Amino acid sequence: MSRPKIARKSTFIDMTAMCDVAFLLLSFFMLATKFKPDEPVVVVTPASISKVILPDADIMLITVDAKGRVFFSIDNKSIRKSLIENVDEWKGLGLSDAEMYQFSIGSSIGAPFNQLKGYLAATPEARAAYDKTTAGVPTDTSVTNPDNELAMWIRSARNNNPKLRICIKADGEASYPSIQKIISTLAGWKIFKFNLITNLKAVPPGTYASQPAETAAK
Amino acid sequence: MAEIDTSGGGGHKKGGVKKAKKLSTRVDLTPMVDLGFLLITFFIFTTTMSKPKTMEINMPFKDENMKKEEQSKVKESTALTLLLSKDHRVYYYEGIGSDATNPPKVEIAYFKNPGGIRDVIIDKKAKVDALVRSGALQATDKTTVLIKPDFNSTYEDFVNIIDEMSINGIQVYAVVDISPVDKEFIALTEAANAGK
Repeated sequence: MSRPKIARKSTFIDMTAMCDVAFLLLSFFMLATKFKPDEPVVVVTPASISKVILPDADIMLITVDAKGRVFFSIDNKSIRKSLIENVDEWKGLGLSDAEMYQFSIGSSIGAPFNQLKGYLAATPEARAAYDKTTAGVPTDTSVTNPDNELAMWIRSARNNNPKLRICIKADGEASYPSIQKIISTLAGWKIFKFNLITNLKAVPPGTYASQPAETAAK
Repeated sequence: MAEIDTSGGGGHKKGGVKKAKKLSTRVDLTPMVDLGFLLITFFIFTTTMSKPKTMEINMPFKDENMKKEEQSKVKESTALTLLLSKDHRVYYYEGIGSDATNPPKVEIAYFKNPGGIRDVIIDKKAKVDALVRSGALQATDKTTVLIKPDFNSTYEDFVNIIDEMSINGIQVYAVVDISPVDKEFIALTEAANAGK
């Protein structure tokens, strides 16, 4: 008995098409996304229906976590450099060039002025550990209070770049007084217009805000 | 890699004539695909797709040197005062509560819908619109909402209530510091409800 011959098929699969797809997707992701900014604390922002997109440049970011700790940051590296130079001179912190460089490439600062030197001299791991336990930048409702260090940060930053747009990114669980301190600090510097960073939520149907969209659809 | 050599390797021994071996131009692209997908995975995990959304907020202009006459007056009949308090409660009353002899009726609402604070705002808006139509108020009068967050409210309440303003199309609203009188209203309402 002769067995019918089974044709031996090659197991080779042409990978060219697959490769094309992979690199197409890769180029899409590279162009359409941007790197996640480095953040010292996890913040869950509340949702709103606002669709205004945060501008790319000239941002001053005040982060408030669930416990009400305040972190301060601005975006531009060269402005960060001149900011830390001004603050160093003003408060007499005695920072070295290396420490100032660490500030300019770093992210949000949650250390009070008297701990800033030690914070900037530390390793990135030690800084991450510090951010978990720090009490944040000291704030107060009055800008004339010498303990209101956030007010001094805001003032120096705005001296360096008057175009800075102020954004508050706070956790939904943060208590109102901690936010109120920031708002009254801003009011003390005559800033009455600022942005709150929120997640996007759908506009509830049947309300005023949903009406223009509905009529446009018809 | 994906190709299995099925020739057995002894094909050349039989033939006596030596032929120039024809090299295949086919390149195995499997490692390249692996690399591509590895990079895609990396980009998916380290980048963000959407830019953060923001909400613009204008606080009332505050200046110690401002004269009394220059400060904007709020009409009792167009005003709605919302007091944000603990456990995401909203205490609300109509008017601005300036008349000490006739305290306003303070009620409680929550952010849930329906039957929450949104209905209160919509009702108030309808009431003011009706007053404008009947001529009791001028056409320029708009519903004014005063938001007073208490110290035990959270940032989420604050954002939610400002969001309600844009949801319901309230153009005139202000975030003001809570006054001792308003705190008393909350305490009284709490005491009244505790008995029930």
